[in-house]
Amino acid sequence: MTDVRTIDIEAVTKRFGPVAAVNALSFQVQPGRVTGFLGPNGAGKTTTLRMLLGLVRPSQGRATFGGVPYSELVSPLRTVGAALEAASFHPGRTARNHLRVAATASGIARSRVDEVLGLVGLAEFADRRVGGYSLGMRQRLGLAFALLGDPGVLVLDEPINGLDPEGIKWIRSLLRALASEGRTVLVSSHLLSEVQQSVDDVVIIARGELVHSGTLASLSAGDSVSVLVDAPDRSALGDALAAAGYAVTRARSGLIVAGVEAEEVGRTAFEAGIPLSSLQRQSSGLEDTFLHLVEGNR
Amino acid sequence: MSTFLRTVSAETAKITTTRMWWVLALVLFVYVLVLSGGLGALFGAGSSGSLPGGTTGEIPTTGLAPLLYSFASSIGYVFPVLLGALAVTGEVRHQTLTPTLLATPRRGLVLAAKLVVLLGFGALFGVIGLVASVGGGAGALALFDIDTELGSSDTWALFARLVLAMALWAAVGIGLGSVVTNQVAVIVIVIAFTQFVEPVLRSVGALADWIGDIVRFLPGAASDALVGASVFSAMAPGQESLDWWVGALVLAGIAAVLTVIGALTTWRRDVT
Ligand SMILES: Nc1ncnc2c1ncn2[C@@H]1O[C@H](COP(=O)(O)OP(=O)(O)OP(=O)(O)O)[C@@H](O)[C@H]1O
Ligand SMILES: [Mg+2]
Repeated sequence: MTDVRTIDIEAVTKRFGPVAAVNALSFQVQPGRVTGFLGPNGAGKTTTLRMLLGLVRPSQGRATFGGVPYSELVSPLRTVGAALEAASFHPGRTARNHLRVAATASGIARSRVDEVLGLVGLAEFADRRVGGYSLGMRQRLGLAFALLGDPGVLVLDEPINGLDPEGIKWIRSLLRALASEGRTVLVSSHLLSEVQQSVDDVVIIARGELVHSGTLASLSAGDSVSVLVDAPDRSALGDALAAAGYAVTRARSGLIVAGVEAEEVGRTAFEAGIPLSSLQRQSSGLEDTFLHLVEGNR
Repeated sequence: MSTFLRTVSAETAKITTTRMWWVLALVLFVYVLVLSGGLGALFGAGSSGSLPGGTTGEIPTTGLAPLLYSFASSIGYVFPVLLGALAVTGEVRHQTLTPTLLATPRRGLVLAAKLVVLLGFGALFGVIGLVASVGGGAGALALFDIDTELGSSDTWALFARLVLAMALWAAVGIGLGSVVTNQVAVIVIVIAFTQFVEPVLRSVGALADWIGDIVRFLPGAASDALVGASVFSAMAPGQESLDWWVGALVLAGIAAVLTVIGALTTWRRDVT
């Protein structure tokens, strides 16, 4: 790793004809952290990443690595490792040759090719044509390509798509490891839950516009809490809670009491002399907050 | 190593790591071998009077050897064009432009490297075509005791010009592929133009001088002029062709103009 940089998206807009796929988007991604780049399908994640990588020209604004556009990086693959779609391989070329071509173009040692193939678990398939690869294997090859230059910045577009559970676990710990080495890691996904366990920060966009950016913890600030409670005598419990002034709704597995902690519900039941059969705190979850943010923008 | 040299070796590796180049080379070899050998045998048999009803010396044998050798380009030129065009359109079709431009984010440099690499592969195709046309043609002539002219320096000069022509054809392919990036469209254009449009236009050129003056600047005619012998000029004698070096300049010019147009238009587009 030679060169660690921030990712700077500054008021970037991209119009495809009349459609603004990305609209005045600004955010910054810090080194040493994993940042989740989230948004529903068509939100403009891939378009933003492609602008950052110099593949798509922004209509307005600048997307740079610490102020330097991708095309002006002295040694691009050693500075930024990117994995975009899983389909960007010539089906007739082997995985090893695919990486060799890139290594040759960037002056990266050939031994590094075998190293990254081993790292992503493709060593035994290295000399097979990519046309016969499964989606998960292509994802791994894409990741090998991103890691080839041992870059200080990683830009990964939906890297978890198509991976098996073991692969998902592996990539999550890989992302953590890369960030703990001080690298800048940006990972896109359309599901918060997919990356929730591995990200420090989130940047959420919808319809090409920023809806939230900050730490993962900043998302849970919008959480609402409720309690799921049940008793053998459910109607007596309902009456007691209503009498105490709580908002109660009936659910299949019990009663849901909004906006309280479990302790208060337990005390209310105890004071009314009603034995409980279950008592659970429920948080609406980050995914709900995420969906709420994203939908609020519709 | 400079960025350009690294890009050139990467582009070379891109061609050698897929099957397209040797499939095209193999078809070129077989096609030219069969035609030069077959027609060589036919002419040889005709001129030695061994065909039924023929008499000795009916068909003149002068110029027969270079004519057969030139099959490598006059018939085989479509192969380097296809290799060149596919080197560009294949990247679009298989979306490999993304990794290519991630490794080398300077698009003009990538296209220039492709041009250099394809000049080399075109020359290689020229040599492969020559091995086939000389193998088939000289072999057939030798059977009928006709002079193979392989001892003549003129013949070897023709070989050199033919290799140059094939190199330039591959460059024309790059230009074409960078303007028309759709793989199917480019294949249809190459086949239709080389196998139908240009032959028809050149036949029409025989009808009037002023048409002939224009038609000799067509790429196939320029290539034949560069090589210095071809079936086509043999079939339409009297039509004046360009000097060999003008032919070379015409081909190089077509390749350059197409590549520059491509570089300024489709090659600059968003890669999504
Ligand atoms: N080349 C293009 N031409 C026209 N419109 C495009 C092009 N590329 C993307 N778009 C549009 O831009 C918008 C954003 O697309 P983008 O691929 O960036 O979304 P995304 O967030 O990556 O979605 P997903 O989660 O499905 O991958 C979409 O409305 C899409 O239709
Ligand atoms: Mg996408």
